[in-house]
Amino acid sequence: MGTTNKALEKKINKKISKSVTSDFQIGDNFCIDIKELDSIFTALKEKSFDLIGPTVKEQTIAFDQIESVKDLPEGYTDEQSPGIYRVKKTDSKTLFNFTTGSNSLKKYLYPPHHTLWTASRNKGNFTVKENIPNLKPLAIIGLRACDLKAMFVQDRVLTQGEYKDSYYQLRRNSLFIVAVNCSRSVSTCFCTSMGSGPSVTNDFDLALTELITNTTHKFRLEVGSDKGLDVVKNLKFKAATNKELNDAKEVIKKTTNSITRQLDLHHLDVILKGSHDHKIWDEIGKECLNCGNCTMACPTCFCHTLEDTTDLTGSTAQRTRRWDSCFTIEFSYLHGGSVRTSSGARYRHWMTHKLATWIEQFDMSGCVGCGRCITWCPVGIDITEVAQTLRQTVLDEAHAVAWEEI
Amino acid sequence: MPSLKKPTLAVWKFASCDGCQLSLLDCEDELLAVADAVQIANFPEASRAVQKGPYDISLVEGSITTPHDAERIHKVRRSSRYLISIGSCSTAGGIQGLRNFANVKAFTNTVYAHPEYISTLKKSTPISDHVQVDYELRGCPVNKYQLLELLSALINNRKPVISAHSVCLECKMKGNPCIMVAHGTPCLGPVTHAGCDALCPSYNRGCFGCYGPKETAEPASLSRRMAEFHNVRKPELVHLYRSYNAVADEFKKESESHETD
Ligand code: SF4
Ligand code: SF4
Ligand code: SF4
Repeated sequence: MGTTNKALEKKINKKISKSVTSDFQIGDNFCIDIKELDSIFTALKEKSFDLIGPTVKEQTIAFDQIESVKDLPEGYTDEQSPGIYRVKKTDSKTLFNFTTGSNSLKKYLYPPHHTLWTASRNKGNFTVKENIPNLKPLAIIGLRACDLKAMFVQDRVLTQGEYKDSYYQLRRNSLFIVAVNCSRSVSTCFCTSMGSGPSVTNDFDLALTELITNTTHKFRLEVGSDKGLDVVKNLKFKAATNKELNDAKEVIKKTTNSITRQLDLHHLDVILKGSHDHKIWDEIGKECLNCGNCTMACPTCFCHTLEDTTDLTGSTAQRTRRWDSCFTIEFSYLHGGSVRTSSGARYRHWMTHKLATWIEQFDMSGCVGCGRCITWCPVGIDITEVAQTLRQTVLDEAHAVAWEEI
Repeated sequence: MPSLKKPTLAVWKFASCDGCQLSLLDCEDELLAVADAVQIANFPEASRAVQKGPYDISLVEGSITTPHDAERIHKVRRSSRYLISIGSCSTAGGIQGLRNFANVKAFTNTVYAHPEYISTLKKSTPISDHVQVDYELRGCPVNKYQLLELLSALINNRKPVISAHSVCLECKMKGNPCIMVAHGTPCLGPVTHAGCDALCPSYNRGCFGCYGPKETAEPASLSRRMAEFHNVRKPELVHLYRSYNAVADEFKKESESHETD
């Protein structure tokens, strides 16, 4: 009798949980509090995900391993302008009231160093061993719309062309994304020009919008995928009310309106491709340090180099892939010398690739408007300003020619 | 080096502090492997047994500051197949290069009871000013891993994996947020040759420029920025560029441009 009862109980339970899940579907919106947010983190950890989220590190907010909502930057906010980044602690209880940090998802999906293989020589035998990384699945918390778009760009470059990066794909497959809609922008953001933000629209598993007033602190939670559904299906969350949905919309609207930086894309690719010998590059060459910070900070830059080393005895060798930058001399080294010796030429190459030739190669822009290259350039060179100056001088020159012809 | 015999290694000291030679001795774990791979033929800091040259590899530490050394370096060159200068003293003239901006006679008169016995040159100069150098390994002191890499490359007939780009690239690959941008700390990283794995910025100290100017360094732009945004005044700019690589071309020119008399 006991066993039958138990079996029945199981059946009923199964039915209940089924009926609960069947109520949940992709696109559903819930409204949760901080405790419930933490329960998502716990559920992810139970599914053996490592949590990566924004956290305060060396007076910046950067992605790093976190354990719970306690590690999120409560009350922190950021200010960014060309070449300057500052964080500020406020009394507020917000968890996501800042924008992009010093690093991006790139560090996790496309690590700076990766040993591809090691080879060893032993008594006339030569063996090569591929290094397949031992990966723990990652859940990234608080990914912004621009960074999500940047991931989409890297997906296109690294996994959808003729040459596929299987290591990236491996990491990418096991990634769980908890995105967040921006409730704030800084002066370097221009996602609205690039059509990448400030709200997340696709490619996420779960998405949050922080809703805070003097008396309440809640999050709108949107389910974006089966994986997302699987994590929240057993957590009994309340559906979001119309008011809460509206409040979330208002947050995004307010952020959208706060973005003032613009990049005018109209014919920009044509202008860039036609300006190879423009004097503007000499001017920029006097400012640009060719330090490469912009390319390291950019979430879409994917250039790397391969380094082959041996040990002293020559019995083992290895090949390592490491991030490279188009701002180094070696990057364009061909037989006999470097193709782009001046800083100006290297800046031109980088900017033209981002905003013009990338489109030819991958049918999309190489820039998502996250503003990192502007903030993290030690001398504050601003890609949007350079684009505007170039557009203006090219137009002025065209007018001058036109006048002469009349 | 396609020879059946182990290549011979000699280490030479000129005007220097010994720190770079010590980097080699500091390779504790790897030292046995080094001793296995090369024959240490002349390295007084490590062993009193000295073999006669010629040597396959000569590591030269220190700069040329005396007439006697200016001659001795030619002897070293003649007895070496590969001559490699290691460290800021030998690649750029070192901290003692500060004398190049001053009057050496005034120094010796102040310091020594009998300055007439002191035979010294007016300037401290890198090895490459005197003889042909096959490779220059930067740093003050050199990084032991780069030194091992260089030796491995030489012994195995391959190109050393050592880059001339900025410290910033190492700093970013390490995952540091930029301290100049985030804290307003003046940093020479953007104009300095990599190799230290961004040691100082990793501890929230601005880069001191130990590895000297990077490839195509643009210090003028960096100085303008530090003056305008990070309150670095002219005398401080002069000091920033005048340390271990004070007389390396780009740093020398830059410090001189901020001198006020
Ligand atoms: S644009 Fe700025 S960050 Fe990029 S290489 Fe030039 S100085 Fe460095
Ligand atoms: S180019 Fe600059 S703004 Fe565009 S994605 Fe890269 S870092 Fe962000
Ligand atoms: S801290 Fe210094 S070395 Fe690091 S990125 Fe900033 S300027 Fe470059």
